[in-house]
Parts: sequence; C-alpha cells; structure tokens
Amino acid sequence: MNFWNDPLKIAADWMEGIFVGWGMDAVLAHVLVAFLGVFLLIAILMVVDIFLVWVERKVVARFQDRLGPNRLGPFGLIQPFADIIKLIIKEDTTPGGADKVVYNLAPILSMMSVLILWAVVPIAPVMLGVDLNVGVLFLIAAGAIGTLSIIMAGWSSNNKFALIGGFRQVAVMVAFEVPMLTMLLVPTIFASSMNMNDIIQGQGNLWYFALSPLGALIFLVAAIAELGRAPFDLAEGESELVSGFNIEYSGMKFGMFYAGELLHAMTFGGIWAILFFGGYRFFGLEQVSPFLAIPIFLFKALIGYWIIMWVRYTMMRIRIDQMLVFNWVFLTPLSFVLLMVTALMNALLKDASLWIYGLGMFLSNVVVGWIALEIARSVSRKQRESVEGPKNLAEAPH
Amino acid sequence: MNEWLYVALFIVVGLIIPIGAIAAGFIFGPKKPNPIKETTYECGIETVGDTWVQFKAQYYIFALVFLVFDVEAVFLFPWAVKIGQLGLYAVVEGIIFITILIVGLMYAWRKGMLEWA
Amino acid sequence: MTGEQIIFLITAGFTLGSGFMVVTTRNLVHAALWLVSTLFGVAVLYALMNANFIAVVQVVVYIGAIAILFIFAVMLTRKDLRENTPQINKNWWAGALLAALVFAGLVFLLQGWSGFSKTGSALPSDFDAVGMLGEALVSPNAYVLPFEVASVLLLAALVGAVYVAFNKK
Repeated sequence: MNFWNDPLKIAADWMEGIFVGWGMDAVLAHVLVAFLGVFLLIAILMVVDIFLVWVERKVVARFQDRLGPNRLGPFGLIQPFADIIKLIIKEDTTPGGADKVVYNLAPILSMMSVLILWAVVPIAPVMLGVDLNVGVLFLIAAGAIGTLSIIMAGWSSNNKFALIGGFRQVAVMVAFEVPMLTMLLVPTIFASSMNMNDIIQGQGNLWYFALSPLGALIFLVAAIAELGRAPFDLAEGESELVSGFNIEYSGMKFGMFYAGELLHAMTFGGIWAILFFGGYRFFGLEQVSPFLAIPIFLFKALIGYWIIMWVRYTMMRIRIDQMLVFNWVFLTPLSFVLLMVTALMNALLKDASLWIYGLGMFLSNVVVGWIALEIARSVSRKQRESVEGPKNLAEAPH
Repeated sequence: MNEWLYVALFIVVGLIIPIGAIAAGFIFGPKKPNPIKETTYECGIETVGDTWVQFKAQYYIFALVFLVFDVEAVFLFPWAVKIGQLGLYAVVEGIIFITILIVGLMYAWRKGMLEWA
Repeated sequence: MTGEQIIFLITAGFTLGSGFMVVTTRNLVHAALWLVSTLFGVAVLYALMNANFIAVVQVVVYIGAIAILFIFAVMLTRKDLRENTPQINKNWWAGALLAALVFAGLVFLLQGWSGFSKTGSALPSDFDAVGMLGEALVSPNAYVLPFEVASVLLLAALVGAVYVAFNKK
C-alpha cells in the first residue's frame, strides 16, 4: 500500500502517530483524526457548494439564451464569493411573532440533512465516511430530517405563505418518498446488499441502468420531487407564495436553505450515479488510483445534476392536486409493479448467462414502461373527452 | 469501534458548519430591528387574521396513506437483500405481500380518496 | 465507566427529558418536535446496540412519517381546543404512583434474570443481521405468516383511512 493507492489511510496513520507521540490516548487520537477527516470533507463540500451557485446561474443563463455572470473574474468565477459576502453582511431579520428557537434551528437542520448524506456516499474505492450495511435506508433517514426542517421553517415564520408552502412541500416530499423507497429496492435486489459500496461493486459487468432503465427514471422523478425543484417546486412557488417556506428568512439563514438546495441537487446526482451508473467505476480506471476515481465520480454526479437542472428549466410547475394524483395513481403502482417484475425476473434468470439476464431485465422494463404509458394515455384521453366531448369527425376542418 | 461514531461525527460537523456560517452573518451584519421591519410579509397589504389557518383534512389522509407504504417498504428491505440467495418461494411471498397492498391502493383510488377534493 | 456507558447515560437522559417535555409543553407543535427528539434518542440507543437496521428504520418511520402525521393532525385542530383545556386532571398523583410502581416492578422482575448484570459480548464481524431478518421473514419455519399478516394489517389501516376520509365529507 502506497500513497498513490490509499492516500487517506496513509495520512490518517501519520497524523495518529503524531498525536500518540504527543502522549495522547490512542482511541482519542483516532477519534480526533476521524473528526478532522470529516471536517475536511465537509469543508471541501462547502467550497464545491459555492461553485455550484456559479454553475447553476451559468447553466440557467444558457438555457434561457443569456450569458449569466461574466463580469467578476474569468467567466464570472468570482461572482459566488461576492454573493457570499453579500449574504454575510445583510441584516438578519426575525419576523415578529416567530417561534425563535424553531425558526433558527430550521436552516441548520436543513443544511445538516444534506451534509450527512455524504457519510455513506463512496467517492472512491477507499474513500467513504462509513461503510454502513444499511446505507440505502440511511439516505431516506437523512431525507426525513430535511422534511422536518421544512415543516419547522414554514411553521415558525408566523407567515401564512410560509406555512402553506411548507405544508405543500412536505405533502409532496412524503408522497414521492414511496416510489423512491421502492426504486431503492431495485439496486438492493441486484446487489443483494443495502451497502452503497456493495452496490457499486455489483456493477462491475453491467451498470444497473442497463438492467433497470425504468427504475432509474422513476428514481430521478422522485428525487426531483424530493429536492423540491421545478416542476415540483411548490414550496417556493414564486408566483403564488412569493418564496414559500423560506419567505421570512434573510442573510445567511436564507443562504443555508439556498446552498443546501444546490448541494442536495448535486448530491442526488451523485446518488443516482452510484445506484444506477456505477459510481466511481469506469472500465477499471478506478482501480488505478483514487486520484482518478474521484474525478470520475464527480463527473457522473455533475451529469446527474445537469439533467436535474435541465428538467428544472424546461418544465413548468404542476398543481399540487395533479402532482399528488400523478404520484398515488400512476407512479406508486408502477413502481410496485416494476419491483415485482424485477424480483420475479431476478429469480427466474438467476442461473442464466449475463447477456440473457441483462436482456431479460431490460426487455421486461421496456414492456412494463410501455404498458404503463398506454394505460395512462387511454385514461387521459377518456378524461379529455369527458371534458370537451368526443371529437366530432363531421366538423373536421375542410 | 462502532461505525455509528463516524455518523455522529458527520452530524456534529454538519451542525457546526451551518452554525458557524450563520454566526458569521450575525457578527458582520447590521442589527437594527424595529417593529415595522418585523411585520409579516404579505403581498403588499397588512396581514389579516391568525397565521394558524386550518388545513385541509386531505393532508392528513395522504400522510396516513404514506405511513402505510413507508412501513411496507421497510418490511421489504430485508426481503430484497436476501431473495437473490433464496428460492422462488421467497419471491412469491414478497409478491403476495405487495399485491395485498396494491389492492388497498386500488380500493382507496376507486373510493375517490386519492383525489384532491 | 466506559465511553459507551457515558454515551448511553447522556442519550437516556436526553430521551427521558424530551419525553417529559412532550407531555408538559403547552404548545402542541413544540410537543410534536420534542417527540421527534425523543424518538431520535431511541434511535441512538438502537445504534449503540449495533442494531443498524432498527436504528435507521426508527428514523425513517417515526421521524419521517409518524412525526409528520402528528404535525399535520395538530394543524387540523382548532385553536380554543389547544389553549384552553387543562393539561392534568385531579388524578395525576394516582397516575404517577402507578407509573412508579410499574417501573419498580419491572426492575424487581428483571433482577432475577441472569442477563441483568452482564455486559453484552461483541458481535462477530461477519454477523449479517439484515440478511438473517430477511431470511426469517420468508422462511416457512419462521415468520412467513406474521409477514403476510402484517400486509393485511397495513391494508386494514388503509381501509380505515378511507373510512375516516368519508366520515369527513
């Protein structure tokens, strides 16, 4: 083992040696080094987060045929730092009648719920926070704290818009958690493990996207709803609720919600890449060195993030009733059917060769997706006809 | 050593960093509160009535339906981990488990409960 | 005292204190949030026992679903109901006495159990609790019937929700 293969372990051992040499207790030294490592990872994430502000603004500008920030520094790269300074020197107002403790706790919990996701995200073969055997469920548990922080922000602000925005967002988040949980079961079945690292290792021959393209798609839709981004951005709803659950926040507290949302989107890009696109894997390159694996993972995460942005700036907002009916009547039953088909095919093709297994999985996904779309099409046609009456062929244009 | 120790470290650092950022804002920002500045924002007119408006019962119903499926998915996770090694009977048992709940979802849908009305 | 014991005592105190706040605070949303911290404390206790799956499920189901359900339910209540009813009735001392007696009885009973004063031994490193649970859930010799009955129970909850919804209309 050399520095090129496992830099973190070498650095950690070296530092632990120094601390023990100072006469520190071995366990305490280990905890201290682990603390420093976690601190370093999260500090890097915060720096990445600052640049995500720039990425988001630049990409939205391109989608809308604008240039985006381009004055401050090369390509406007210094702009996000100016934004940070602005957020820091703004007055931090608290609305009258707000519930102070809950009001101040909400942005902290919101950011925390995003940061702890990285505890189970493997960024390279040897680099992950915790090798938890329930990693996949841990993601949902962290999301539960994020949901709670939105309800806390909405309730404590003493503002009707904030309350309505928070409640709508939470209703959507919990609703779309069901298809998300179900689609987390699909990689779990393939890898026979809930461990994130095992899921990546299981994709050595074939990415799970090839085995379950429909599952990856449903997961992406559910993830966008979980993030509260357009077309599911009810919580903000600028045109109806002004800014939704964070309307009364200013300065750095608002900054925490904003930065948390961007980092959350990027994190979900990374989780999508891990679950369905092999994470840090790329034709064996990841085995050479973690210095190669990290850029591969980051690249895949950014592609996922870019797709989430693409959807955000292309689709318009959906009404809450449409959103919930879409989830409960279409997406949830579809994800359950897909789960059952996947489990059944997995058992039937267990002993077949990789090609037959992959082809069978892929085709069953396509068939399930096609049938679901056909049913949705016929139902929506019936609904349309019940509103505007059946098309009268006699009155067709000449 | 218990792996949850590392999760605890992530939680602690995940709390320290936002607290630090908000504290920086608190230190460097101006602090001149006054009652008019603290009034609740509401689309250009003064606030009317209590903030605590009564919500639709539909929120509660959807949360209840969610709870049912949340618990169901939690039951399925150990099943999903193990079905690769077990025979077809395990898969069929899981499918029966899911089908019973899909029947419930269909029933709720036919009764019009999943509509926002 | 080992580090684990110190963490246990802190967590247990935190959980108990939060539980006390749930029943004493006047503000119902605060009570729900204190309930969240109580449930989180219980999750930490599970994690201390290396019960990873149960610890995570505790957060997913209780904080992610049940606490949200409670907050939604609180928002449905009327304001006069929240603020003008007394929190305790005149029989509070009987309830406190009964709780203390039950606690004393439990301690007395458990003292006769051989595992009461033992410290748990460490789990073997290849101990796959989730896999064993998954196998037991579908094994005909273990819990396959309770597993399927759980589904029927959840179905009953769903039908009950439908009934509640129709009562409202």
